[in-house]
Amino acid sequence: MSTLFHRYEIGQEVDMRQPLDFNRRSRLKDVDRAFKAEIMNVIRLTDMEKLFQIRILDDAERERFSFLAGQFVMVEVPGYGEIPISISSSPTAKGYIELCIRRAGLVTTVLHNAKRGARIGIRGPFGSHFPMEKMKGQDILLIAGGLGLAPLRAPISHVIENRADFRDVYILYGTKDPSQLLFDYQYEEWRRIDDLIMRVIVEEPDESWTGPVGLITKLLDDVQIQPHETHAIVCGPPVMFKFVCGQLSKMGMPMQRMFVSLERRMHCGMGKCCRCNIGSTYTCLDGPVFDYWTVMNLKEAI
Amino acid sequence: MLFKTLAKEEFRNLVEILSDSNEVVGPKRVGVNAEGKPIHHYLPVESFDEIDLGYENTEYSAKGYFLPFTENLSEFKFGGEDWDQQIRYEAPARVLVGLHACDIHGLLKLDKVFIKDFFPSPYYIARRRNTFIVGVDHEACEGGFCRSLGTDTVNHGFDLFLTDLGDRYFVSIDSDRGFSALQQVKTGEITNADTDKYLDTRRRIADSFKTHVDVQNLPNLLDIEFESDVWKKWGKKCMSCGSCAMVCPTCYCYGVTEEVSMDFTEAAKVKRLYSCNLLDFALVAGGHNFRPDRETRLKYRYYHQHRGFVESYEEPKCVGCNRCGRVCLAGINPPDIIRDLHAEERV
Repeated sequence: MSTLFHRYEIGQEVDMRQPLDFNRRSRLKDVDRAFKAEIMNVIRLTDMEKLFQIRILDDAERERFSFLAGQFVMVEVPGYGEIPISISSSPTAKGYIELCIRRAGLVTTVLHNAKRGARIGIRGPFGSHFPMEKMKGQDILLIAGGLGLAPLRAPISHVIENRADFRDVYILYGTKDPSQLLFDYQYEEWRRIDDLIMRVIVEEPDESWTGPVGLITKLLDDVQIQPHETHAIVCGPPVMFKFVCGQLSKMGMPMQRMFVSLERRMHCGMGKCCRCNIGSTYTCLDGPVFDYWTVMNLKEAI
Repeated sequence: MLFKTLAKEEFRNLVEILSDSNEVVGPKRVGVNAEGKPIHHYLPVESFDEIDLGYENTEYSAKGYFLPFTENLSEFKFGGEDWDQQIRYEAPARVLVGLHACDIHGLLKLDKVFIKDFFPSPYYIARRRNTFIVGVDHEACEGGFCRSLGTDTVNHGFDLFLTDLGDRYFVSIDSDRGFSALQQVKTGEITNADTDKYLDTRRRIADSFKTHVDVQNLPNLLDIEFESDVWKKWGKKCMSCGSCAMVCPTCYCYGVTEEVSMDFTEAAKVKRLYSCNLLDFALVAGGHNFRPDRETRLKYRYYHQHRGFVESYEEPKCVGCNRCGRVCLAGINPPDIIRDLHAEERV
């Protein structure tokens, strides 16, 4: 009588036997299988943040892994947990990714204590990306506050590697105090790039600080833009979006030309666990990158 | 859709045949509540007689057989400095007898999220395909407002669906395997008299629904009433216990934690169904909570049910079973909240 109702084995599905690729969102796959990866290198950025260079171990998996600026990965530390982290490195850098991680909870603390060569898991990439293609031939404002420089570093790399595709580029960055500045060893390199203006501001300077003092919006006062030929990418704490995007809006920039990256709690990255849900919008699927008009229409988004 | 008639005794035979090689789950009477009304749960049964097809409703929906409250997503085996991840998709062949239309609609809604949307879930799909579903028609249950949401009848998502014609069942057949199963027992062809009786029964059932909830234009109303005092009023009562999400046939949110064995040789990634009413649902690293107040969390649940899900899938997530209303210790229930929203007056 067992012929009445055959047991179905999902492992036999053709899609399940294809190489694992998270960019193929609509295909059936081992959604919880992580690429095994190792921490190649750890770079101390501040007291709280470290930059991890991570390499997927399997050659074929590493070769297949590709992402766009603004996307994130789920970082799995077996036995501890899994966390969403946006990718800080250039999408064109083959063979490794860089993740800037602040020590904030259980998994991040374990990562901060991890040694070179430690084996972790990576799932992804997930989420939407900054539409760099749309920004071609225009001026670009890259604006970050605090830890926001971590997700902003991927589009910065893209812009620098494709400098000829863009007109004037501004990088505006602000933190609470000078000790919190991330990637400070790179500013000099960025400043030397043709028609790239890099400005850094802090709220609470120390004795050695010679730059401007105040909130990030103050840096916008000196920026002249042609609102309909400029795009802005804004990364940072939600309160910053209101002020920066509000000021850009006053300068005449349409909200659909401003892109922000939102942060939420996530347990899956695939639009299932609902933890990142804002209304009906999954930050992991439809975001983390949204244009500001969309954000304005999301209840409780910022 | 194909139809047959099936004598009640033959249905018993069918379930017994199916139970030879598969687990059978059905509505089982487990006790009585304080008012003396019977309590039913969908539980594995040993014999056909344990199934009470005349049940009014079950405390929990049947979603646990598709989205278990706790499940291991994967396991890690540690060795030296390395680890190995193992994933199994365990889905026993199971026969689920006695689902009401609303619960089948619940599964159809979950199908949209876990099968038809991005990143189809192998865990869910394996269970769904390995579950043979026999639905059953019933008269309205107390407080159920499924008719307002169009979930009092169902046209697909099951293998067989039974409508009681007195001495036999009018069977709707929605799958090849359902059709094959029926060939193992004696069935009858549909006569004109059967059809008349079936339609009469359907009409009687449709007339039995007394609770109506006005869900017309609800997504828009929810947007307009986002700051409404209605949320304060009900939020004050809410104890943020999460019971509503546990009994809901369509609430699917979850949390993942990792658990290490005592000898540190292995760890499991454990998924647990969660509730958006729980305090830390939207808490992020660094301590910021996007929904710190009870009222904002309660409101969020209603927004996902009646606005968010509509935006994604063109239909509300709610099936109108009112299980959340019955289980709530604070007396919070969808008909009252939605009525309040419609009645809200601005000063």
